[in-house]
Amino acid sequence: MSALLELSEVSVSIGRAALLERISLRLEPGHILGLVGESGSGKSLTAMAAMGLLPLIGGRVTGGTVRFDGQDIAAMTDGQRRALRGRRIGFVTQNPMTALDPVQRIGAQIDVVSRLHLGLSRQAARARTLDLLTQLRIPEAAAVAEAWPHQLSGGMKQRIVIAMALAGDPDLIVADEPTTALDVTVQAQIIQILGALVRERGLALLLITHDMGVVAQICDRVAVLYAGRLAEENAVDPIFAAPAHPYTRALIGCIPQEGMARGSLHGIPGAVPGALQFPPGCRFHPRCPQASALCRATVPPLTPHGAGIAACHHLSVEAR
Amino acid sequence: MFSYLIRRVLMLVPVFFAVSLVIFLILHFIPGDPIDNLLKVGSSPQARTEMEARYGLDQPLPVQYGLWLGRVLTGDLGTAIVARRPVADLIAQALPHSLRLGGLALLFSSVVGVGLGVVAALNRDRWPDRAIMGGVLLGSTMPGFWLGLILMLVFSVWLGWFPVSGARSWQALVLPVLTIGLGGTALVARITRVAMIEAAGRDFVLLLHAKGLSPLRIQLRHVLRHALIPVVTILALRIGWILGGAVTVEVVFARPGLGTLLIKSLSQHDYPVVQACLLMLAMAVMLGTLLGDILQAAMDPRVRAALG
Amino acid sequence: MSGRALPAPLRAFRRPLGAVAGGWLAAVILAALFAPLLTPYDYDIQALKEAYQPASARHWLGTDEFGRDLLTRLIYGARTSLSVSGIAIALSVACGMTLGAAAAWFGGWFDRAVTVVVDLTWSFPEILIALILVAIIGPGTTGTMVAISVAYLAQFTRLTRAQILTLKSETFIEAARSLGAGNAHILFRHLLPNALAPVLVSAMLATGDAIILEATLGFFGLGAQPPVPSWGGMMSAGSALVFKAPWIIIFPGLAVAVTVVAINLFGDALIAELDIRARMRRQV
Repeated sequence: MSALLELSEVSVSIGRAALLERISLRLEPGHILGLVGESGSGKSLTAMAAMGLLPLIGGRVTGGTVRFDGQDIAAMTDGQRRALRGRRIGFVTQNPMTALDPVQRIGAQIDVVSRLHLGLSRQAARARTLDLLTQLRIPEAAAVAEAWPHQLSGGMKQRIVIAMALAGDPDLIVADEPTTALDVTVQAQIIQILGALVRERGLALLLITHDMGVVAQICDRVAVLYAGRLAEENAVDPIFAAPAHPYTRALIGCIPQEGMARGSLHGIPGAVPGALQFPPGCRFHPRCPQASALCRATVPPLTPHGAGIAACHHLSVEAR
Repeated sequence: MFSYLIRRVLMLVPVFFAVSLVIFLILHFIPGDPIDNLLKVGSSPQARTEMEARYGLDQPLPVQYGLWLGRVLTGDLGTAIVARRPVADLIAQALPHSLRLGGLALLFSSVVGVGLGVVAALNRDRWPDRAIMGGVLLGSTMPGFWLGLILMLVFSVWLGWFPVSGARSWQALVLPVLTIGLGGTALVARITRVAMIEAAGRDFVLLLHAKGLSPLRIQLRHVLRHALIPVVTILALRIGWILGGAVTVEVVFARPGLGTLLIKSLSQHDYPVVQACLLMLAMAVMLGTLLGDILQAAMDPRVRAALG
Repeated sequence: MSGRALPAPLRAFRRPLGAVAGGWLAAVILAALFAPLLTPYDYDIQALKEAYQPASARHWLGTDEFGRDLLTRLIYGARTSLSVSGIAIALSVACGMTLGAAAAWFGGWFDRAVTVVVDLTWSFPEILIALILVAIIGPGTTGTMVAISVAYLAQFTRLTRAQILTLKSETFIEAARSLGAGNAHILFRHLLPNALAPVLVSAMLATGDAIILEATLGFFGLGAQPPVPSWGGMMSAGSALVFKAPWIIIFPGLAVAVTVVAINLFGDALIAELDIRARMRRQV
């Protein structure tokens, strides 16, 4: 099957900081790709690159190509890229509390997507909006459409954001930590909704998270990022059965429990280094229990590993 | 919303009493006796007492305040000592001129200021931004009366485009409005620019881009919409500034108005007129703060929610 | 880094705009201080035969209606204008800081009373407050000084109060308190010094506004009284002659504008050097 979204060797910089280095990802229709890593590993930046929104935060692609449905995003005009966003790629943000325009009614914020991209009339767009809200099991859709954002709960707002992402009838949804800011009970609902969307509509979902539990629940494949590089990529089952990269093992070893600080990593002390202090060799070596002289000196290449790939000098032998 | 309006208006009542008391007291500290101006040299002490009784100046201060306030509340502003006419007449003559001047200056500085602020914010740290902010700084550092005189010199005397002074035609309004408006423009442009830049960095703007809206539409329909909230609020609070500018500019252009009236009666120690002028200006300031609160509530549903 | 050791006002000179602005301000202040040494004429010597002369080699900026040298009067005028504005603002800062710090520190009814009065005066234009006060005190330099300092009192009270309220909650104050430091000790040794930088910078910016205010009062004939020259007074005299001898009013006005621009630019450089932009929240 051909890829809907394909990143080949994409590098991204903001100013002088090289934040992403040769990231390759592939996502097919009807599939869910989990993008995991701690804060600062470059997950959100990858999402921005996929949506062609890097200039907004002062970033630029310095190498590689991002293809959507076979077309190079960098070769498109601004207008073509805009026609893609909202129409073929829906976006779900990290913090629903601040994602909605506080001085515009809910309905209008959703309507605009189908009016702009599908050319619907005001009435048709509103009908579609109400339909979407009902599908997302929002009670009293008509009343919610007339409400202001500050009148809704966080979970409700995230459903609104999802409705907005769906309003253009997209093929791909990029969800950047869609549950991080929500209560645990609401988190489960939102994950459920996203999973159901993929099954029922045949969408592709790029799900960014730092929660391996969520990954295990709904993803087909996982890409693990560390300090702007791909550490490992594989189907979900083999990743959990036999993680190849020590970092992946650490992430699985500490599936966040309730009440745990976001982005903190139990098993491994320290944090992701800043882009200007990336260590030489394998960027994970200062925190790696298996680090050797080789790790400190040489960048480990991405090598095939079972059904996936991994970048480590000490790939677990048993899985080879 | 309606109950909020009522509460907000009621809050002005104690403020009004405080302001009126301050105005009344201040005037009694101004040295110089208006009666001296009226009496012929060598008048008898008896004539003086009569005169003081006529204007109520022989009563104790609290009584004078009570009487004055009672009359003011019924619309009687007293009689001008020097002009020997009802103060209300003088105010009624001056007020429309000042309102027209101040209103147009406010309009000018809002429209031009917001426009410049938007252009500067959209071109942040590039040459249009630097040029506009530089010009704005220059505009806000020139004394109003000086700017007025220079404009008069250039446009009225050298170029002959506008009348030098007076208030007989609309052309006569152009330079005074410009003079006050340029200072206000500087203020508005500065606030608009900062508010636009601040609003453009908010989270929801990212989602607007992700929805595929055009950058210009995002800036003008959403970012500017947010930026206008603080702009309008501060502008309403600063209506007093515009009026302060009007005082000097009216004098410079020899226009009738509250400012000219105030300055003239100050120099003549004409208490009732000065009191009335100050009261009018104070009321304008109070109405400005009221207007600011109302506009803020009208523009921001969160504020309305908080007010209940 | 040796540069960090320099005081912020000197570091501001390392920025191009800061250097130009600071250079102008230094020149104006020095000229004002050494006016008698620099000026070829006396400021009040009248030479009616030489009245209304435009700029020439003899009189670089021309002469006024009494034939007095304008450059001389401009330099002496800087003395009056700068000292009146500077002293007025210093007075205002001293009173405002005391009032604002006391309000923030004691809280309660005292704080509420101060806040109400300050908010009320703050929404009134400074020029009106100053006009009324000069009318009470009487025209002249003293009256102008007092009027200006009262007109800006609200601004510094507000600013100091806000600064202290923010700092009060910060941890190092709690640390000092837990070590048993008294009220006065905390206020004078910890809070005021920390509140000082933003207040001083805004005092500097306000001095610029005060120069304009002083000039405006001078224009109404309420400032320094003749024959003592002040920039406002010179413009007041010049305003009647604006069509006959425009230079009499143009140069003092330019002096005001350029000096105030310089104060603002230097202030911006200082804010950048002190890294206090967030704490300044310039009350536009």
